[in-house]
Amino acid sequence: MFDGEQSEAARQSMEILVALGKIYGAKNMVPVSSVQVAGVSYKTIGDAGLEYLQGLAQNGAKAKVPTFLNPAGMDRRQWQRLGIPEEFAKKQIAVLDAYEAMGITMSCTCTPYLIGTRPKLGEHIAWSESSAVSFANSVLGARTNREGGPSALAAAVCGVTPNYGLHLDKNRISTMTVKVETELKRSADFGALGAFVGEAAKGRHPSFVGVTKANEDKLKALGASMAASGSTALFYIQGITPEFVVSDSPEKISFTSHDLAVTREKLGTADKPELVSIGCPHASLEEIHDVAEFVKGKRLACQLWVCTAQQTKEKADAAGYTGTIEAAGGRVVADTCMIVCPIEDIGFKTTGANSGKAAKYLPGFCKQKVSYGDLEELLWFK
Amino acid sequence: MVQINARAISRGIGKGKALVSKDAISFLGGVDPKTGVVVEKGHALEGKCIAGTVLVFPRGKGSTVGSYVMLQLAKNKNAPAAIINLEAEPIIAVGAIISKIPMVDKLEGETYEQLKNGMEISVDGAEGKVRYE
Repeated sequence: MFDGEQSEAARQSMEILVALGKIYGAKNMVPVSSVQVAGVSYKTIGDAGLEYLQGLAQNGAKAKVPTFLNPAGMDRRQWQRLGIPEEFAKKQIAVLDAYEAMGITMSCTCTPYLIGTRPKLGEHIAWSESSAVSFANSVLGARTNREGGPSALAAAVCGVTPNYGLHLDKNRISTMTVKVETELKRSADFGALGAFVGEAAKGRHPSFVGVTKANEDKLKALGASMAASGSTALFYIQGITPEFVVSDSPEKISFTSHDLAVTREKLGTADKPELVSIGCPHASLEEIHDVAEFVKGKRLACQLWVCTAQQTKEKADAAGYTGTIEAAGGRVVADTCMIVCPIEDIGFKTTGANSGKAAKYLPGFCKQKVSYGDLEELLWFK
Repeated sequence: MVQINARAISRGIGKGKALVSKDAISFLGGVDPKTGVVVEKGHALEGKCIAGTVLVFPRGKGSTVGSYVMLQLAKNKNAPAAIINLEAEPIIAVGAIISKIPMVDKLEGETYEQLKNGMEISVDGAEGKVRYE
């Protein structure tokens, strides 16, 4: 595939893909239609990662297929307003500059499917962020493993990925069925279901029966929570997901109203959070609308961040939702989220979330006490 | 000379004295990139310098950022001359490739167990060969 004219970066990228293919027993490479690269927040990759990316950019690495980024450690446009330390901001900008030099689209989001990249049923992609991987595999029916930073970048440079794992239909069979015996209404309910099932799944792909209603916002909440608690990268819901592939005799478990109450309690108990963070995964325009409706005309007594993709924020700005939220004392924050942004360095100690994924990661990554619940339970006003 | 077949992971030829670890290695937090010394408390190689050695260990562990730390080691001239794993996983494989450290794994038969500290070993990461006198 490569001759003398290929850049050093392209040669090295193929060497990475071949090595990973060997490790995972891939027989061939498969072309990918898009790539999402992990390892964007300076908080997670540090100087070691920054130096790697700068070297790669210098060696001529260029993305061959549409490629975009995971959330970064801050909002590129309003980091000063949010209290991000300047030293951190400089390093974060250097990381983004290196990616931009490689021809990567500067959209830093865990919801590429909300801003126009929606791979079709059966399409092969190489995505990284765990909730986006889950959504792509499950809700869209695309084919992707969960890539690491270097393997995703290598896929972007070469336009292919090793054909193993979830790229193969034989590895996409559910061996565990969850009967949902309680009504799930809000995102926090779906997050709790995800936390419960992710732990029980132990790497298997769960299939759900008994879920009658779930829009895409609820599905992203469920998938994100399962990915965080159990590394789940694929699930099925009878009557809702485009595929429903279950083995002949799956293990069967149930999820009752009691399980829902106990799991919600486990996810967070601290009350009156200093910061309430919505948008894990990044909020859809509809979710931003719901926040705006709820805070309209009120004055928040806590901080509120609604995290979203820059492109979604621009729509919220135009629709007036951002203005409404800011008038109440909250913010709509783009490019980043409460997990990969250094909120502990800004001074927050207690954070409220309606996301099972955020509740799982906030204590470890950000040293936060967590308050878990729906918007109405978390926000408090003057 | 003994020649052992192995699986090629990262190309290049590296020679040095074997440093054998029974424990898995995390490069992030486990090895100081400024000195090449293993700093993980209680690790089989704690206090040992890996620079210039043929580093023999079962596999990687810990954060994927470990791959980037291997690159820092190489820039600081503290990287091992070559790596031999029992069975490679992505963190070490990717780290070796981006740092240009020759690497093999899956030595034929039970030969991995015969590698001992101080042996002069040559690793060919393109051909997948391990050689020693």
